[in-house]
Order: sequence, then structure tokens, then C-alpha cells
Amino acid sequence: MSMPQTTGPQTGHRASKSLLEVDAGTRRRNRAEARFRSYGIAAIGVAVLALVLLVTSVLSNGLGAFRQTFVIMDITLAADTLDPSGTGDVDAMKRVSTIGYGKLLKTALIADLESRGIPTEGMSEKEIAGLLSKEAPAQLRNMVLADPSLIGQTIRFKTYATGRVDGYFKGRVSMESAERDSNVTPAQLELADRMRAKGLMSVGFNWGFLFGPDASELRPEAAGLGIAILGSAYMMILVLVLALPIGVAASIYLEEFAPQNRWTDLIEVNIANLAAVPSIVFGILGLALFINFMGLPQSAPVVGALVLTLMTLPTIIIATRASLKSVPPSIRSAALGVGASKMQTVFHHVLPLAMPGILTGTIIGLAQALGETAPLLLIGMVAFVRDFPSAPPEGFMDPAAALPVQVYNWTQRADPAFVERASGAIIVLLAFLLTMNIVAIVLRRRFERRW
Amino acid sequence: MSKRILAVSALAILAAGTAQARDNIAIAGSSTVLPYATIVAEAFGENFDFPTPVVEGGGSGAGRKKLCEGVGENTIDIANSSSRIKQSDIDNCASNGVSEIMEVRIGYDGIVFASDVNGPEFAFTPADWYNAIAAKVVVDGKLVDNPNKTWADVNPELPAQDILAFVPGTKHGTREVFDVKVIEAGCEESGALEAFMAASMEESECMKLRTDGASVDIDGDYTETLSRLDANKNAIGVFGLSFYENNTDKLRVATMNGVVPSTESIASGEYPVSRPLYFYVKTAHLGVIPGLQEYIDFFVSDDMAGPDGPLADYGLVSDPELAATQAMVAAGTPMGPLN
Repeated sequence: MSMPQTTGPQTGHRASKSLLEVDAGTRRRNRAEARFRSYGIAAIGVAVLALVLLVTSVLSNGLGAFRQTFVIMDITLAADTLDPSGTGDVDAMKRVSTIGYGKLLKTALIADLESRGIPTEGMSEKEIAGLLSKEAPAQLRNMVLADPSLIGQTIRFKTYATGRVDGYFKGRVSMESAERDSNVTPAQLELADRMRAKGLMSVGFNWGFLFGPDASELRPEAAGLGIAILGSAYMMILVLVLALPIGVAASIYLEEFAPQNRWTDLIEVNIANLAAVPSIVFGILGLALFINFMGLPQSAPVVGALVLTLMTLPTIIIATRASLKSVPPSIRSAALGVGASKMQTVFHHVLPLAMPGILTGTIIGLAQALGETAPLLLIGMVAFVRDFPSAPPEGFMDPAAALPVQVYNWTQRADPAFVERASGAIIVLLAFLLTMNIVAIVLRRRFERRW
Repeated sequence: MSKRILAVSALAILAAGTAQARDNIAIAGSSTVLPYATIVAEAFGENFDFPTPVVEGGGSGAGRKKLCEGVGENTIDIANSSSRIKQSDIDNCASNGVSEIMEVRIGYDGIVFASDVNGPEFAFTPADWYNAIAAKVVVDGKLVDNPNKTWADVNPELPAQDILAFVPGTKHGTREVFDVKVIEAGCEESGALEAFMAASMEESECMKLRTDGASVDIDGDYTETLSRLDANKNAIGVFGLSFYENNTDKLRVATMNGVVPSTESIASGEYPVSRPLYFYVKTAHLGVIPGLQEYIDFFVSDDMAGPDGPLADYGLVSDPELAATQAMVAAGTPMGPLN
């Protein structure tokens, strides 16, 4: 603002001047203030710019992961190849491996292209079959084994197109890059264009990305977050079940019952310190204590949850103590005055009033734990896991992945399609974090009482 | 009240933990072997009635160490390794009760030198690499600190591009191969080894790389090397063949001694910079962990590790002696002493 709001202190010789006349000192201070404001705006600008860059780069890289190119083809499930014994016995049919199904898919795709009059001149059978994801034989095999009555029928089969073709429709792969790419040829991309025009290929929302398991590097198009989301959910449930009671019990004791002495001081200092310990330290502790000493299984959500609980506890304790403290002493005095015991006072009056603050702190602690990666790397959560863990409580012991670790895992893979997947996983993770933080804010707004 | 719930739940977790038997195969080790192991694990889970093995990375050395932690369901069954097991590992295993290990060679991996796809072409020899990034080189018959600034200084036939090499960090198995097959070979070829010997210096002087920024150690994965290369179009990076084959649209590969790296030229032994890949199986777990024998049989089967299998598609150079490995695995022969 150019107009001076105030003038300098009224020292003796300045007092003779008019208040409206801006002297050098005032101008200097006004300039200093204007400078400071511009620094502030610049700082916010840098922060906003960084956020915008981050979000745009994540969104532009990752939104593609939610859409996927599918191949929709007609396939005749020939009984003589899929059920050589002819008995319809599922155990006998399991002998036909995905390699056998792959060959069936190849001939079926070529036949389907021919019957629809889509030209494939100059392309080898391998090139044509290369348009299908390597996941397709497994999908078809699982479908047939789940329902053997399909054998002999002609079914409409929808499966993933290979990652490069998918990348072509999303603009990641171009004809020029395909020239140099050993995994795809321009002829394949042209065929994909023709197939799309005839409705044999389509781009649609990819539920498999949200609910499917991880996949190997040969089939990035099939990689999904299902196990990671489930693993993260299992861990969050356990962290909540473990950290909330311990944290609240510890805080209530420290805040309401504990005598003020050196020991409680020491504990308080330690809790504050624990909150600042780098998370990888908890991972090392978890590896030594829970896996090597206690013999809990590797890659299991239970170990991850125990480690994250240790990490979340200080956050919850600090938040809980702050909200207990904010309940005015008059409430306690009133309760005690009408004859309530100390415990009745705490559990009937103080704790309910402090609850919104406790819940907010817990949710923020959980959100922190959800995004934590480093300790999980040490306890084997970074593994390739393809089988879904079973339902709790046994499922807590089964190998699983976690969302942030899945991001880390995918960024290490060679196929460029995994870059898109990793960014997609970041979007999912951010969505979860945002939801949790919004819930925390809503809870605070709705239930918070000011005294 | 809450403390009681807590105690009960903690007890329940512990009880469940000790009571549960592991029914999935656990694998850890080399990040070079990791993609191959996941490909096999995935196909194994699809085609067999056993659960899909859980495969972890972590590096060859770390994997072997975990393998040697002992026998029991709480230890891993298989360690992937991009370098051969060492006597110290075998001793460590023996002292922890792991007396028998089976060594399975799954194939070969090539190490390639690649630059930005839009840059000039390079044709290297090990001597070029030695003269470019070693700490001391021979100039006019004398050992001097490396004075070379551009590749043309090293070899007039190379482009006059500044020397900037991204080599794998020392914790990588790839670095070992790079040191032996490129730097050591180049040291000898360029005459530096002779000069070191003449100056009665140790042979290990060969391995010292220049520290003025022309050679940069990359401790992360090949993805990091690739992104550094993307930022520095002048640089040359060291990659695994399979990584290069997945990124041929971004990378231009250089020849070594005039040979273009490919699965064929590596299988025939023409391309010099390659190494065998292994996994090591704890034989005490065979028959205990369900599906372990089936998994290793499946891994080395022609359907997987053969020249037309999915591993070869991904960049593994199939082992010409695969049939012998298959017989060895089927018989469950543990490895003998290192020779």
C-alpha cells in the first residue's frame, strides 16, 4: 500500500512536523513493509507453484492408468484342446497350461480378424498375437476352469491389449518410437487402429487397476493395486485397534492421574522425541524385534501394522493430551464436587468432551502411517505378491503389499508403462489421504467445543 | 479396560503368528533376477495349485545372507543372485545349519552401454573405457592422472563428446562384471597393467576410477540411470540387456569390440560383457514348503527358461546347457564346493 498508515514515534524534534508529511524514516519503514509483503507473496507463490507442478505432473502421468485398452474378441473354446481327456474333469483340464490357452487365443484372434475382414498382410502370427496381453491366457484359463460348461461354446472374450498398444492410444507410444522399439512394430499399431475402428478394441475405465493384483514386467497392462489397497487397509485397521487404546490410555494416565515427578517428565520428553524419530528407525526395530526375535512372518500386514503403531503412537498421545488439556478444569471440579470418583470424572465427562480432538489426532496419525514407506521396505512389504490375502484375522498374517510401497516398486520397473501405473497409484494414495484429512477436518468442525 | 483389549489382541496376534505354517514360497535377492523371478512366479501361480511365490528384491548379497539365516519357515527358500555365491556365504550358511544348497544357473545377462537415442553412435573397446574413466592411464609410455576430456581424446574414432559415464554403484552385482570384463580387461589391453607392474604397484590400481566427475556411480536402479541420461544427453549409461530391450525407443546401444549386444551374440559368447544369473535353493526346505520342487523345475523348464520362453522374451540369454541344469534340479543335487 502506498499511503502511509502510521508515522514514526513522536520524538521531540519530529513533533513539530505535520503528521501528514511523510518523513524519510516512515518511508523507509513503509518500504520495508512492502518488501516483506512481497517476500511473503513470493513464498506462497513458490509453494503454490510447486504444488501445481507436482499435481499436474502426477495427474498428467497417472490419469492414463485408470483407462485401459481392451480387446473384445470371439473365441471358440475347442473341447479337443482344452479338455483332451473329454471327461469334463476340472483336475484333468488343469493340465492344459496357459501356454496351451495362449495358442488357442492366437488362432482365435487371427480367425476373428479374418472373419471381420480386417487385413493383416505382412504380419507374422506372433506379431498379431502380440497385441494381446500376456495376461489373457491366464484370464481365459481361470474362466474356463471356473465354469467348464463354457467348453465347446463360442464366447465373447474381453481382455487387455498389450501395454505398448495401450500406450499408443494414450499418446505414450508413437509410430516413430515404435520404429525403434523392439517390443512393438508400426504394423502392430496400424492393426490396432483398424481393430479399434471395427470395435475389436476399445478404451474404457480400468477396474483392474483398482482391484487387480500386481503383475510381472511382461504384462504391465494387468498390474493393479488391489493387494496394495487391501494390505494398506489391513494395516490401518490394526494400527487403529492397537494405537488408539494404547495412546488414549497412556495420555489419560499421564494427563489425569500421573504425579508430576521426574519419571513422568522423562516419559513426556521421550514421547516428544519419539515423534521426531525417522521412520526408518522403526523399520529396523520392527525387523529385529517382530521378525527376527518374535518370529512373525515377513511381508505380513501384522508386522507392518505393529511398526506403524509404534510410529503413530506419539502423534496420537500428543494430540490426545492436548485435547484433554483443553477441557476446562471447571468440568472436573464440578464432577468431583457432586461426588464422582476421579475415574468417573474422566470417563463420563472429560473423555467425551475431548473425543473430537482425539479422533482428529488419530485420523491424522493414520494418514501419516498410510503414506509411510521406509519402515515397510525393511520388513519385506516391498515383495511381489500376487495372491490376495485371506479375510481377517488370518489375512493379517498373509503376505501383502502396501500403497506407498507399490509406488516405489513400480518406479523401479523397466517397462515405461509402469511409470504411468506408479503415478496412478500416487493419485489413489493422495485420494485416500485427502479423504482422511477431510474427515478429520469435518469431525473437528462439527464436534469441536470452544470454552 | 482398553489395556485388557490390547493385551488380548497382542496375545492373539502372537499365537496366530507362531501357529501358522507358511504355504507360499519365499524368495529374495538380486534386483537383476527379480523381473525374471516374478515372471516365473506369476506363471507358476496361474498354472499350479500352489500359491504364487512371494518375490522380494534387495540385492544379491542381501538375498544370500537371508538364505543363510537358518532352516525353518521363517527363513527364505530361494536366494536370487546375479553373481556366484562366495565361500564366505557358504561358511555363514553352514554355521547357521544350512548345510546343503542347490545352485541353479538360469541363463546369462548382458551388460550394455547405451546413450541417448538421438546422440551419435559409439563403438567401444574395453581399452577405450579404461582410458576414459580410470584414475591413471598410460600416455606416451608414462603413467599419468587421466587427462582425457572427450571420447575423441581416448580414441580418435569416437565422437568428440565430453566423457560422462553413469556406472553402477559398488553395491550392484553389475558393477563387479563391469570391473572385471571392462575395466580390468581394458587395463590390460591399454598397457596400463604392465605399467603398474613395472612401477611395482598393485594390480588393484586398475580398478580405481577417476573422481573428477567424469564417472558417476549410480546406486539406484537402471531407471535412475535412465532418468540421469535423460537430463544429461551427453552421457553414456551402463544398463542390463533386458532393461535396454524394454527402452529401445529411448536408448542407442554401443558396440563392444565391434559386437552389437543381443541375446544371440551373448549366447554365442561373442559379446564380451555378460554374466551368468543364479538362484540358490535351500534343499532342507524341499518337501517342506509346498510347491518348492515344482517351482524350481518349472523355472528351468524349456517353457520358461528356454530360448523361446517368456524369460528370453524379456531379455534373458538362455543357457545352452539348460538340459543339464534341468536334470540336476530334477535330481535335487546340491552344489559341491566352489572351484
